[in-house]
Amino acid sequence: MSELIPSPLVLNPDPVLNVEITEELISQHGILPDEYEQILKILGRVPNLTELGIFSVMWSEHCAYKNTRKLLRLFPTEKQDKESIGQVLVKAGDENAGVIDVGEGWGVAFKIESHNHPSAIEPFEGAATGVGGIVRDIFTMGARPILLTNSLRFGNLETKQVKRLFRGVVSGISHYGNCLGIPNMGGDVYFDDCYEGNPLVNALCAGVLRHEDIQKGAATGVGNPVYYVGPGTGRDGLGGASFASRELTEESAEDRPAVQKGDPFMEKLLLEACLEMMAIPGLVVGIQDMGAAGLTCSTCETASRGNSGIEIDLDLVPQRETGMNSYEIMLSESQERMLVIVKKGRERELEEVFEKWDLHAAHIGEVKNGDRMVVRHKGVVVADLPAKSLTDEAPVYDQPSKEPVHVTEARTWTDKSTPDIEIDSVEDALKNLLGHPTIASKRWVWQQYDHMVMSGCKIEPGSDAGVVRLSIAGIDKYLAIANDCNNRFCYLDPYKGAQIAFVECMRNLACSGAKALAVTDNLNFGNPNKPEAYYMLKECVKGLADACAFFDVPVVGGNVSLYNEHGNGAIDPTPVVSMVGLIDTQEQVTRSQIEEPGLAIVLLGGLPNELGGSYYLQTQFNKKEGKVPEVNLENEKNLQDLLLSQIEQGRIRAAHDLAEGGLLVGLSEMLFSGTNLGAKISISSNENAIRLDALLFGESQGRVLVAVSSADLDDLRKTSDLAAVSYHLLGKSDETGKIELEVDEQKISSLDVGDLKSVWANAIPNHMEPTKN
Amino acid sequence: MRVAILQFPGSNCDWDSEHAVADILDVPAARIWHKDKLPSETEAVIVPGGFSFGDYLRCGAIARFSPIMNDLKEFSEKGGQVLGICNGFQILCESGLLPGALIRNECIDFRCLNQELKVEDSNEYFNTKILGKKLVLPIAHGEGNFRADEATLSSLEENDQILLRYESNPNGSMNDIAGIRNSTGNVYGMMPHPERSVAPHHPCLDGLPVLKAFLAPLLTSRPTEISSS
Repeated sequence: MSELIPSPLVLNPDPVLNVEITEELISQHGILPDEYEQILKILGRVPNLTELGIFSVMWSEHCAYKNTRKLLRLFPTEKQDKESIGQVLVKAGDENAGVIDVGEGWGVAFKIESHNHPSAIEPFEGAATGVGGIVRDIFTMGARPILLTNSLRFGNLETKQVKRLFRGVVSGISHYGNCLGIPNMGGDVYFDDCYEGNPLVNALCAGVLRHEDIQKGAATGVGNPVYYVGPGTGRDGLGGASFASRELTEESAEDRPAVQKGDPFMEKLLLEACLEMMAIPGLVVGIQDMGAAGLTCSTCETASRGNSGIEIDLDLVPQRETGMNSYEIMLSESQERMLVIVKKGRERELEEVFEKWDLHAAHIGEVKNGDRMVVRHKGVVVADLPAKSLTDEAPVYDQPSKEPVHVTEARTWTDKSTPDIEIDSVEDALKNLLGHPTIASKRWVWQQYDHMVMSGCKIEPGSDAGVVRLSIAGIDKYLAIANDCNNRFCYLDPYKGAQIAFVECMRNLACSGAKALAVTDNLNFGNPNKPEAYYMLKECVKGLADACAFFDVPVVGGNVSLYNEHGNGAIDPTPVVSMVGLIDTQEQVTRSQIEEPGLAIVLLGGLPNELGGSYYLQTQFNKKEGKVPEVNLENEKNLQDLLLSQIEQGRIRAAHDLAEGGLLVGLSEMLFSGTNLGAKISISSNENAIRLDALLFGESQGRVLVAVSSADLDDLRKTSDLAAVSYHLLGKSDETGKIELEVDEQKISSLDVGDLKSVWANAIPNHMEPTKN
Repeated sequence: MRVAILQFPGSNCDWDSEHAVADILDVPAARIWHKDKLPSETEAVIVPGGFSFGDYLRCGAIARFSPIMNDLKEFSEKGGQVLGICNGFQILCESGLLPGALIRNECIDFRCLNQELKVEDSNEYFNTKILGKKLVLPIAHGEGNFRADEATLSSLEENDQILLRYESNPNGSMNDIAGIRNSTGNVYGMMPHPERSVAPHHPCLDGLPVLKAFLAPLLTSRPTEISSS
């Protein structure tokens, strides 16, 4: 290394940055020796410290997907069906978010992103800025955000620490999203010991836009001015590079917030100002938000996409702290900022919009010929790098992978080692399930989110999917959204587990009447340098990719969060699948809850008969073991096609997919909305002898409960036969307030729906009562 | 334009309000930026919900200093119809156009739900005969806990200035108060969101009669306009 010529750049105006690049510094930046060699080759010289910082963030897993890029190529990113080609308007990875066509000239931009580590340290701000970041990704595309959801994972809710994290995360999301005025449709929340100390906070945003209004994150047109808009840059968010706080100044790390601080009011102003600016025809050339790696990422990515050079002057960057050096300004992750490239000569038009909204709009540089990203500070060049080397030339790794032994062992459990449930234990087992925080009502969560603002909420959170009317686009169509991922299945069998996440998500959409359009995924895994963790990642991606291809539902964007580890090792693999679907008319919007007595209740897809990995094993025996339920994609497709066609014909009064907790939990949930609703249920297992616990609580896939009027029963049975979907008439809803349950003509139990509901409804509030903290 | 919807930085129910008045009730409405003048043809003003100025300091405490608030005061003193919804209600209280104050919910947390409300017999436009005894309207707020001193509270009660009360109090408001009017009867404030309950895809349509009751005085001369919906 030492023979190489030193940086030819003049010395940085801040002397603390003029240090020799030692091996220690390189490793503190998370850059491997081979990677450093590559940097030397690219530059033909030694980088200075600012440049090293820039490489370290751009080549981080977060920005460069070093360990996942190859795997992510497995995902289909376009529709294959001939009639639907072109439905993906912006593909995964091309811009800040993918965009899918929803007809009538409108598109939906949507994406999910994680903010796990910040939320583990500071749950309120971590979660809040997670929402802020994903919302910027959406309006950067030119879209008006219309909904938010979250996928949240926490440890055991019995512990004080988890209660603190849970409360903090939910109020952070509530604080930020409510202020922005974007309805939050809930999402999913799971509680499992594996997330102890490492909660997951994945935030999703979707927005609508006209096809012709899609914005690009590219810097083009030599001489076009580059603007910085939004509040000033501070030292916050430098935490990722903890080095910066320790080595560069006298201040201690404690003095600097490791987590960015969000200001939803600023974001609201930025959102409105940007949309107002983008509505001016031909003004904006390119736009990109300053998220991870802030000014660094937005400048080099826009230049790289535009095949241009870019030059910025840090003296012109609005700053809210004094004495910041180039390293700090370039790496700051201060929130609510954007980079905008506008047409030369039309600067005033941009400035007027931002003046109206009382926001900074600083002209900090311009688009240049060539391919360099040049950064000036106090009159000297402090960084001069080929933009594409930062965005496209990061190393890509294939990590060694190995199936974890503990998982193969856990899979060996069979139900033979456990006796079937006693009849008089059914009620207790059901209540234990309904009271498990993962299964219990999440009203405590979504009641803190404004889900009705924008006047579009059609199905409130808590049903199988959240549904909003595309009112803001002025069209009478409905967008449905669902998130899913049962970590227990992914832990026991990552390939099948990921497929289950996919089919369950799609089934949730189908239950609400929606045809799936596209997926955004959030891959939450452990340290990819450990072969066991990489194996989990690889298998999950394969499983998911195969399911996407089978159903022709492309992935239009997503996020990867690795290194989710804590004292006890990695989290369970958690590939969160989020899917949007479209419902054409209001009449087809279907709820999961039965609203009236006298409806026939039918189970489609067959009687459940598998116990492996179920929540029943968790709540009864504290086991995360067994063989994961079978996933048959063909059967799943038949089931969902049947369901959607029956909904289209107006036959389905309620539909609810069976998931965590199985048949009896699903049936109970369907009856919780009405007053005094009950059901008389008689299950005949005739052909096979099924274990009672597997029937009532097993989590076999591809099962949906539907409620139909008796007049439609015949047709449903015939159509099911034709579609090769197993059909079981279970009984009828009534007004007894009780579930009278018999199996093979043997009375099992008489369950009071009010009692069950109270267990289900109060589980989380009881945990979260202030006195119990 | 007949109805002005004020737009402050941070307002986020301005679009909903405009949609409800202009598209559903078919009364011309427009959003008016807080730095602009209130147009002279304005017949009614809605101060919409949201987080004006990020709720910094106190909800509504900064918005009351916006330039348009001078026009609004003048407009209301001349008897113009004003309705503050949620953050709009907070702004009207902060600016003294309505008595009392709205503080943090007793339960601390933000609450978003469909709320049952009891209608009070307040005046010729807002009463149980026209609106029915009960309504269901969405609420969505963290600071809707209505407070007033004893004297104010009893004068509100004595003068029939209460518009709406909560059925099961979600925020700790005194006397279960969800909405009030001023003594002259032209300035209304309420925490529930009538503009979110006006269209067939909403859970119910109870917001329609509330908005109609508010707009009734200015539309009595042309009653067809408002009853056509």
